[in-house]
Formats: sequence, structure tokens, C-alpha cells
Amino acid sequence: MSLSKTTLLKLSSFVLVLLAWEYAGRSGLSLALPSFSETLSALIEMLADGSLGVAFGKTLQPLGLGLLISIFLGVGLGIFMGLKEFGEWLFAPIFIVAQAAPLAALIPVLTFAYGIGTTAKVFTVCIMAMPILVLNTMGAVRNAPGSLIEMCKSFLGTRSQVVLKVILPAASPLIFVGLRLGCASGFIGIVLAELLITPTGIGDLISYNQSVAEYAKMYAAILSIIVTSVLFIELLEKTEYALFSPQKRV
Amino acid sequence: MTTAEPIVQVKNVKKIYPGNVEALSDITLDFPQGKLTTLLGPSGCGKTTLLKIIAGLLDASSGQVLVEGKPVNGPGPERAFVFQDFALMPWATVLRNVAFGLELTGVPKSQREAVAEKYIAKVGLKGFELKYPHELSGGMRQRVGLARALSVDAKVLLMDEPFSAVDEQTRRKFQEDMLGLVANEKKTFIFVTHSIEEAVYVSDRIVLLHRRPSRVSAIIEPNISRHLDPEAIRREPQYLDAVENIWQSLKKFLD
Repeated sequence: MSLSKTTLLKLSSFVLVLLAWEYAGRSGLSLALPSFSETLSALIEMLADGSLGVAFGKTLQPLGLGLLISIFLGVGLGIFMGLKEFGEWLFAPIFIVAQAAPLAALIPVLTFAYGIGTTAKVFTVCIMAMPILVLNTMGAVRNAPGSLIEMCKSFLGTRSQVVLKVILPAASPLIFVGLRLGCASGFIGIVLAELLITPTGIGDLISYNQSVAEYAKMYAAILSIIVTSVLFIELLEKTEYALFSPQKRV
Repeated sequence: MTTAEPIVQVKNVKKIYPGNVEALSDITLDFPQGKLTTLLGPSGCGKTTLLKIIAGLLDASSGQVLVEGKPVNGPGPERAFVFQDFALMPWATVLRNVAFGLELTGVPKSQREAVAEKYIAKVGLKGFELKYPHELSGGMRQRVGLARALSVDAKVLLMDEPFSAVDEQTRRKFQEDMLGLVANEKKTFIFVTHSIEEAVYVSDRIVLLHRRPSRVSAIIEPNISRHLDPEAIRREPQYLDAVENIWQSLKKFLD
């Protein structure tokens, strides 16, 4: 099987990082930094005894729920705000502030309001994912090409035809960018929530293993969530390509 | 000889943009049916503004536009617009783009695609129905825009500098094709250009517009014989004289 040049380049940059990691781990840079091979074997161990699977199961609930809410509510809100100036006036400040505010500072407030259960964690995911999603979608809708909108009107398009047949298709590349960025932030959100609110799932694996100095397992858990996040984003990109073929690109 | 009825009448149209920019100042014009009338003038003289007001895409600040005797207050099925920057949807095929006007008015799919295919062939793009705009040259994209405007079978075709975004050779070819189009389609054409040669070449009537604030400066009928070979027209004394006269008139505005 021959690989394209770009794939080879991507793979080799991965390999380089892993080699550097391996070296750093073995060189005794820090007691807390295991090498890549140690991390990999810890990962396999945790997969085998099921602890990784159980942890993921616990994490995926608030993560999945938070992402679903963020995507549907976020894109919907973004479209509304893009089409109606009143919507932007009403909602944009909230999201701009949420995007800028450091999450760690907001978490005590969330815990105070929603306790230490799943609700607070879903909220954390939403607070991390929604602002980017909403603001990107809003911007994409707002910046739909005026010439195409005018064309649609000139051929007697109604307002809803303009929105559905011109504005939304024109905005979807940027909306998907927002989706990828937002979901990546959602992943960050769930890990932070699990580290800072109460330990469950992957966050629990990370903080527990850190506390008992099982650094290889700790890094294995971190690696697993990173890989999952990357795979999810890739899946989003593939979905975009499947739904809207690249001919879309102007 | 019967005089053609004005199908479009512009009466005392003024247009003032926000910030008190007076683009059009009291324009009164008639556009005879079945003829190609060109709005010609220096850049910024408001010719595109006037065209868009006739199309119903812009509102006049005062005055009225009548199409077939009825006042204009928005786009209508009797008018179709050809855009300077083509305005093609990049996510749609040539076929869908050309059929778009019919799609918006609810014509069933098989019917509108049949109409679209006919006009795609008419503008010389047969075989390109399933291509996307980014796979076409500039000249081909403009032909898609033209086919789209022809497909809705409007009485008045409004063309906003349709050939300015293509190269010189393609432009000349388009101008020659325009002569054929005007002769064969029983439509009224209102054409906007800043090229004097183009105006004299394709038009039955040329309206010279003054620089902003725009007024009608002169109306010229080149009266070039349409029976001539399209390439021979460019060497005709009448053509050359008309171009020169117009140039002399416009030169005054170029301080």
C-alpha cells in the first residue's frame, strides 16, 4: 500500500514526537515523566483489565450530552443571531464573556449552583463548547455572500428560500470549523470538570494515578482522551466531506 | 415604421444614499420594447444603481419606475438580472444554477431541468451540466449566468457589465454573440457598461449618463446595420464615428 506524501509527512511528524518523548522519558528528565513505551504498556494494561473502558463510559455520558446540547442549541442559536440583529444584541455578550473567561474560575460558581453531579459537568462542557460554536455560526451566517443573496432575491426568492437555499449552504464550511473547534473545547471541558469538580471517569484515572505516583498510567489516561478527541474531530471532518462534497469550496 | 412601445419607463427617479450621497438626480428615460438600450457612463455615475432600481433590487428615493405600465416595488417575473460577478452558487452544478430561477418559483424538477438544459445548450455549454462553477472559466461562468436569466423567460433582461470580468477575446466573442441573441430572442435588453466600443457595438440605443449626481446627458442611436458580418462592424465608419463622438462627450467629465 503506497501512502501519499502528505500522509507520510504527517506520520513522520508523529513518529518524531514519540521518539522525543521516548528519549525524554528514558533520560531521567523527571521522575514524573514516563517514556512513551512505558505509557503504551500501561495503556494496554488498563484496556485489558477494563478500567479504561469503565472510565470512558463514565466520561462519555456528560461529554456526549454536553456536546449534543452544544451542537444543536449552539448552531440553532448562532443561526438565529446571524439572521436577526436583535438575537445578536441579546446573546452575543454572554458568549463573548464565556469565551474569554478562564474556566477554572467559573467552576466553583457552577459547583455552587449545580452541585457536584452530572449536571455541573454537562454545563462545563457546554460552557467550553458553545461560545466558539455560536459565535462562529453567527459570523458565518452574517457573512454569507451578499451577491448570492441579491441574486436569489432577483429571481423572486422568499426570505425563507434565501436562508435555506443560499445563506445556510454558504455558511456551512465556517459552521463546521466552529463545530470542530467547539467540540475540541468540549473535550477539554469534560476533563477539567472531572479534575476540578469530582473525579469520575477519565479525570478520575488521571488524578488518582497522579496521587499514587503511577505516572505511566496517568499519562496513558491523558493519551487516551487526546486520541479520542482527535478521532472525533476527524469524524466530524469526514462527515462534512460526505455531506457537502469539496466542490463546495469556492 | 411603427415606433416601439416603451416597456420600461423611468420617471424622475432620484437616489440618495445614506450620508447624503446623491447617486441619481432626476432621471427620466424610456426603454423601447425589443431593443437593446445601454446605460453608458464613467465609473461611479450611477448606471448600476439605476439598473438595480429598475430590477427592483434597490428602492429609489423618489420617482417611479413602470414596467409594462405597472409600478415597480421589488423584483418581478418579467425582469431577469445578469450579474457582473456571475453570482453562481459554488455548491451547485451548472444545471442547478441555471434552473435556480425556476426552482425558486416552484417549477417541478424534471420540467425545470429540461428548460435549463435547453438554455445551457443555447449558450454553448452543452456537456457541462454536471460541472461545478470552480471547474469553469470566467467566460463559461458568465454564460451560466446568462442561461439562468434566459431560462425564466423574462421580457426584460437587465445586464450589469456582464462582460467586464472576462478577458478581451472572450469579451469580443460575447459581444458578437449578443448581436445574435438580440436578433433571435424577442426580449428587451437593458445593458450597463463603461466600455464605449462595447456600447456602440451591441446597442440599438445608448443613454449617456453624466457623472454623479447622474443625469441623462445624451441619447444616441448608432444605427449600425445589423446585416454586416460581426467582425466587419468594428471597421465600419459609422461605428468608429459613434465611438469617437461619445468619447469626446465623455472626455469633458474626466477633468
